[in-house]
Amino acid sequence: MAEEFDVAIVGAGPAGSSAACVLAEKGAKTVVLERGEYPGAKNMSGGVLYGHDLAAVVPDFAAKNCPVERNIVESQIWYLSDDGGYAVSYLDRAFEGALRLNSFTVGRAKFDRWFAEQAASRGALVVHATVVTDLLRDGGRVTGVRTDRPDGDIPAKVVLLADGVNSPLAAKTGFRAEVKPEQVALAVKEVIELSEEAINERFHVAAGSGVTVEAVGTVTQGMDGIAIIYTNRTSLSIAIGANLSDFREHRVRPYEMLDEFKAHPRVAPLIAGGKPREYMAHWIAEAGYDAIPGLAGDGYLIAGDSAMLFNALHREGSNMAMTSGRFAAEAILEALERGDFSRRSLDGYVSRLRDSYVMADLKKYRGFNGFRLRHHELFSTLPQAAGYAARQMLTVDGTPKKVKQKAIRKKVFRDISPMRLLRILWDGWRSVK
Amino acid sequence: MSVKIEDKLFLDRFRVADEAHIRIIDGEVCGKQCTGQPCLYFCPANVYRLEKERIVVAWEGCVECGSCRIGCPHLNIAWRFPTGGCGVSHRFG
Repeated sequence: MAEEFDVAIVGAGPAGSSAACVLAEKGAKTVVLERGEYPGAKNMSGGVLYGHDLAAVVPDFAAKNCPVERNIVESQIWYLSDDGGYAVSYLDRAFEGALRLNSFTVGRAKFDRWFAEQAASRGALVVHATVVTDLLRDGGRVTGVRTDRPDGDIPAKVVLLADGVNSPLAAKTGFRAEVKPEQVALAVKEVIELSEEAINERFHVAAGSGVTVEAVGTVTQGMDGIAIIYTNRTSLSIAIGANLSDFREHRVRPYEMLDEFKAHPRVAPLIAGGKPREYMAHWIAEAGYDAIPGLAGDGYLIAGDSAMLFNALHREGSNMAMTSGRFAAEAILEALERGDFSRRSLDGYVSRLRDSYVMADLKKYRGFNGFRLRHHELFSTLPQAAGYAARQMLTVDGTPKKVKQKAIRKKVFRDISPMRLLRILWDGWRSVK
Repeated sequence: MSVKIEDKLFLDRFRVADEAHIRIIDGEVCGKQCTGQPCLYFCPANVYRLEKERIVVAWEGCVECGSCRIGCPHLNIAWRFPTGGCGVSHRFG
């Protein structure tokens, strides 16, 4: 494999395949190296993708048989205590009409494979079952990749690192500092098979339409974390995760926490009779803005999860991966035209990101990770107190409401001081404003 | 709640590589210096198990999240990707 490519892309996920589509379309000689048996084999997300960012790369994605599971028409947020909890939901028929495919669920094994096929059909070479173990360098400049195949060195004018949040390569080469436990969440997920009709009935949706549920509260056992339930066509994705440094301190087993979530009174009826089909684990790049590495250097760029591009508040990552991949490709095309692959020449990538929603949003929410890690009450005392208050007010036992309110106030302020509560509200507001 | 991790890993498809992709760098560190041994808990595939006071590595069932590499308090775990095409293969993802 000694022939030189214009671009070598590490990883056939949303970032890598976006870049490969744009590059190959313009005739750049592009190779994508995927370590899995097939693209998607190693990948996991909650499973929501965004039409806007995908359409910028594959405009007619729906007509091209993009493997959409369900078009999301309703979003729910739950705040859970041990015995139940609150739920708010927003449903909008605009998401079935003009805004159809604004967001939709996918199974990554199918979607990533489809997306890589789009890149291949435009002329990119997608190589499976090949690990990039190192980068080739000439002085400080990256000149290609080393793979685990015999004679596996592949020279390239530019290398795009799109190998995901868990990247031993980024750490080894020093292009991104090794991730610290407090910078990522560890999430485990189960895919639970149910009939299409059962899902339609339980989530009150028509065939093809779906719901996302994000659940916060005592389900993460006092750790900074979140659980999700997303509807697929004939299955549910159920996942739960927490900050890895919290996992380390709390000595909680992730799969036990998952099964406890599955037994929660809000969850159990939704999955009753379902058959678990797959179990997996992955990191979420929660640290956001402050963990973003240098995005471009001499002969290389970093995109997607590898670059820690993730908006934890809105659970957006795959859109940023696709858009950063596209921006990287556009900057590489300019560099190819100039014949200059220095950091300065590739800087169009960084300026594009800076001028887009990607950096704007990451900057806006840069304090959000630290906020959650400083206020573990959000996942313990507060949801329990909120549950207690609702249970008291809803219990009809002859006690005057005023007496109940007084008792609630007394109990809540014993668990958490008014000053502390104000502090949380103020800090929370400041971290997302 | 007691959950059998084997029941979950049984759902997954693995192509086991010829050689281990995880290695404890220095077994002495686990036994003598590491009091908490958190890998026994946070690993989502229960790869790390205590057998006769020694930590053994059941790397064949690793789901490749990487948590042990950065979560080991002594950074005493050498972790790389399994050989291309080996390890876990998601069918749904």
